[in-house]
Amino acid sequence: MGALVLAEPFSPPSAESFNLPPIFGGVTKPMVLVVLSTVIISAYLLLATRRLSVVPSKGQFAAESLYNVGRNTLAREQIGSQDFMRFVPLIFSLFIFVLVNNIYGIIPILQFPTMSHIGFALALSVLVVYPTYHYAGIRKFGLGGYLKNQLFPPGAPGPVYILLAPIEFFTKFIVNPLTLAIRVFAAMFAGHLLIMLFALAGTHLLLEGEGVVKAISAFSLGGAVLVTFLEALIQTIQAYIFALLSASYIGTALADAH
Amino acid sequence: MTTASYIAAEYNPVLPPVEEIIVGFVAFLLLLFVIWKFVTPRFEKMYAERTAQIEGGIEKAEKAQAEAERALNQYNAQLAEARAEAAKIRDDARLEAERIKAELEAEARESAARIVAQGETALQAQRAQIVAELRAEVGRNAIELANRIVGESLEDEARRRRTVDRFLADLDAAQARN
Repeated sequence: MGALVLAEPFSPPSAESFNLPPIFGGVTKPMVLVVLSTVIISAYLLLATRRLSVVPSKGQFAAESLYNVGRNTLAREQIGSQDFMRFVPLIFSLFIFVLVNNIYGIIPILQFPTMSHIGFALALSVLVVYPTYHYAGIRKFGLGGYLKNQLFPPGAPGPVYILLAPIEFFTKFIVNPLTLAIRVFAAMFAGHLLIMLFALAGTHLLLEGEGVVKAISAFSLGGAVLVTFLEALIQTIQAYIFALLSASYIGTALADAH
Repeated sequence: MTTASYIAAEYNPVLPPVEEIIVGFVAFLLLLFVIWKFVTPRFEKMYAERTAQIEGGIEKAEKAQAEAERALNQYNAQLAEARAEAAKIRDDARLEAERIKAELEAEARESAARIVAQGETALQAQRAQIVAELRAEVGRNAIELANRIVGESLEDEARRRRTVDRFLADLDAAQARN
């Protein structure tokens, strides 16, 4: 059993691991990454759409597929073919912005999902999505009509509204924007923590362990690789869900009460 | 603030630093602007072109089909017209043939009648001529006969008598036979 004793005690990664030191001044790594994502996405999209032709090339087809996810699969499906066109730029931007910032988590060197800092997710949900869907709804139905639509969904017997209206208010005006941000934040936070744990533990075992323990590090490092693949999937899905729910909130705000 | 939160012993991942919210918000707005201003219009313009081209293609095909149908109708109409004309020409030809036949018949009949009439006339003329000739001859003969008779009576009274006698005898014999 003596072989299992490590020379140095292992300190697992914690929330503190996300508290990155500023690179210069008050600028931290996620801030650089988030600005970088804007630059990367803008440059890619502007280049890819420079000369769009009716019969797409391979590169155009890739960009088109990406755009179509935001346009057709998300915006049109959730908002409805009547109003969706106005929101396509927003939904597509949300999707690709969150996607790139999530994928950062598995790109070597960058290796940090920006959305694991809740501030960025909150910026999108509270400052962008939340005002957008309320504004769209109020513009369409007027303040009174919109509130009536949202807080008094038809079909319930009268007295139920005493309970239902506050719940609807709580859901649509407080919970939705927060859960939207927390969902992607938590997934990225946990995913990154998991990768760090596997990678750090593997490294630690390899460097500090002896004999059998050194060999066991292979499992830990292999686990890190597997979790990385899993994260790639989760990062994509979370970006998709973020845009999907945003579109869904807009669709709900614009839906006619029947 | 970030520096402060970094230095602080307890880092709380759920409490966001304000700078991150601001940076995230601005970065997103910039991206949104680029996509709103350039990317979406470019894609939508291309989609509109694509739709127009597909619709144009369909329209062109429909036009070609209509054209073909019209040509077929025209061809059929022309064919029917040609058939009608052929039938008319055939009918005309038959009528013409009948008319010609009738004409020829009439002509032949007329010609036959004329020939018959001519023959009759010629016959009449010949008859008249013959009759005239005969009349002249009968006269001549009568005169000659008369001459002869007169001459004989003048030369032979006795012979005349015999002659009368013979005539009477013959007459008697004939009566007796009856």
